[in-house]
Amino acid sequence: MSEIAPSTKIAAGDADMSGRQDAPLPLGVCLQKGVMNWLANRWPTITAAIGCIVLWQSVITVFSVPTFMAPAPLEVLAALRDNAGVLWTNLLPTLMEALAGFFFGNLAAILLAVWFVHNSNAEKAFYPIAVFIKSIPIIALAPILVLIFGNGVAPKIIIAGLICFFPTLVNMVQGLRSASPAMLDLMRVLSASQMEILWKVRLPASMPFLFAALRIAATSCVMGAIVAEWIGSSFGLGALIIEATYNFRSPLLYATVMIAAALAVTLFSIVSLAEKKIVRWKTSNH
Amino acid sequence: MAAGLAKEHTPMDAAFCAPAVSIRNLDIRFGSGASQFTALSKVSVDIPQGGFVTMLGPSGCGKSTLLRCVADLVPISGGTVSVNGQTPRQAREGRDFAFVFQEATLLPWRTVIDNVRLPLEVGRHGPGSSYADPAQLLDMVGLKGRENALPDELSGGQRQRVAIARALVTRPRILLMDEPFGALDEITRDKLNEELLRLWQETGTTILFVTHSIPEAVFLGQHVLMLQSHPGRVKEFLKVDLPFPRSLKIRDTLEFVKITAHLRALLEEC
Ligand SMILES: Nc1ncnc2c1ncn2[C@@H]1O[C@H](COP(=O)(O)OP(=O)(O)OP(=O)(O)O)[C@@H](O)[C@H]1O
Ligand SMILES: [Mg+2]
Repeated sequence: MSEIAPSTKIAAGDADMSGRQDAPLPLGVCLQKGVMNWLANRWPTITAAIGCIVLWQSVITVFSVPTFMAPAPLEVLAALRDNAGVLWTNLLPTLMEALAGFFFGNLAAILLAVWFVHNSNAEKAFYPIAVFIKSIPIIALAPILVLIFGNGVAPKIIIAGLICFFPTLVNMVQGLRSASPAMLDLMRVLSASQMEILWKVRLPASMPFLFAALRIAATSCVMGAIVAEWIGSSFGLGALIIEATYNFRSPLLYATVMIAAALAVTLFSIVSLAEKKIVRWKTSNH
Repeated sequence: MAAGLAKEHTPMDAAFCAPAVSIRNLDIRFGSGASQFTALSKVSVDIPQGGFVTMLGPSGCGKSTLLRCVADLVPISGGTVSVNGQTPRQAREGRDFAFVFQEATLLPWRTVIDNVRLPLEVGRHGPGSSYADPAQLLDMVGLKGRENALPDELSGGQRQRVAIARALVTRPRILLMDEPFGALDEITRDKLNEELLRLWQETGTTILFVTHSIPEAVFLGQHVLMLQSHPGRVKEFLKVDLPFPRSLKIRDTLEFVKITAHLRALLEEC
């Protein structure tokens, strides 16, 4: 049941409750109930998605759009199957770059935010620089980094990291400052050290803010890695997109885009799940 | 219970009977230069050891400032404050007092019992410090069985009880309370008032309690400290001649009404 139910909170809750009130139901019944609940909650989404695909297929058929211009869903599906190997080998480097960028970009942002909150001079010195870097379009930055770091994974990780960096920095500074003055007074009365205030008050208080940023970062790090792969790269989903475009292999192009989207959605779901596990208290700002 | 909760008072205290808090010619100024503001001016008062002193005064007269100054949250501009014979800072580091704020200020990500434990997890602890059992304290404030609830799941009154349990966990000799029941409804406030009196008598803790309510001040206090504003200074330090233990019914007696009427008249002059 755990494979299906957790995707909807309500469905899982209902299944739990029925299990507690009556005699424990057989697993098969529980499973069926979980699926039914899931369907009951998600049918508008599912119907809309199927509707879009049907519409897409019928537009292609009715107007007889050539495949190189826009492939039909079935052709994309076929491309996914035929190119599974190529897609997989190119997914791995992109995934690795996105994850590394996510990790280092957010880590740097969190550490910098902690420094800023404890040292206003550091904030005055570096915040404007952070804003300046943020305002350079990432696409314009990619060639510069490729020139410096070459064709390897380094420029891709840096771009994926940079894209995560700024939203997390802003949110984290705000989050660390969100601890109420009364809480800080309380910690002072308890003679708590700065370190204790950071660990016991500021960091927990910042969690909702951090996760709001991490959810953005989860999708944008994939985008950063792909954009970086557009420029003189021979591997990764980004390179595959460029190659498929230039060779008019539209079904492969669409299949690659689907995989990239699936990757972003997966990372987003993982972050959301972690948020649900960690931020259990009610927060006023989310 | 009494011996279990209060710190053992040394014979020295009894011998000298020194006041728990002694304030002499206290000045508090905020800001500097042209924008300087005098919040308190030449305040002198003694809070007796084991006493219950309530503080009244018009809004903005400096009640919170006085309390925060004793708690070392506001720097002293002039005069002296001595807490158990020490500076406020030494007293704070020695865990001589605890502070209860108007808002419960619980950490929302911690369970009730972990909130009560917080003072034991932070700051320096002297080698001889002995602390109360958080579970036992929660039982005492009527929250047995809610140990693992999150603060969001509690009512306002329950949250304030947790805050009081948290304040008591270090067995402070002095309890500083700034309108702790100000945000509560009257019924809850009455109940907590009675419980606080019982607690005070059981533990022998010195309590300095700020309130806006004249009946609350008279019901709780052995003494009422009335402040007036512009600048903040002592208007009167009045002994409340009502016997302990007090029950809520005392508020209907003629004595009680006379004292509240007197204080109300004083407050209007401020
Ligand atoms: N940090 C501060 N900086 C500047 N002025 C302050 C500061 N804290 C308090 N004041 C001023 O000192 C005066 C006394 O404030 P305080 O909070 O002690 O009043 P109070 O008697 O507790 O009022 P209330 O009954 O409304 O709580 C007020 O005029 C306030 O504006
Ligand atoms: Mg006040």
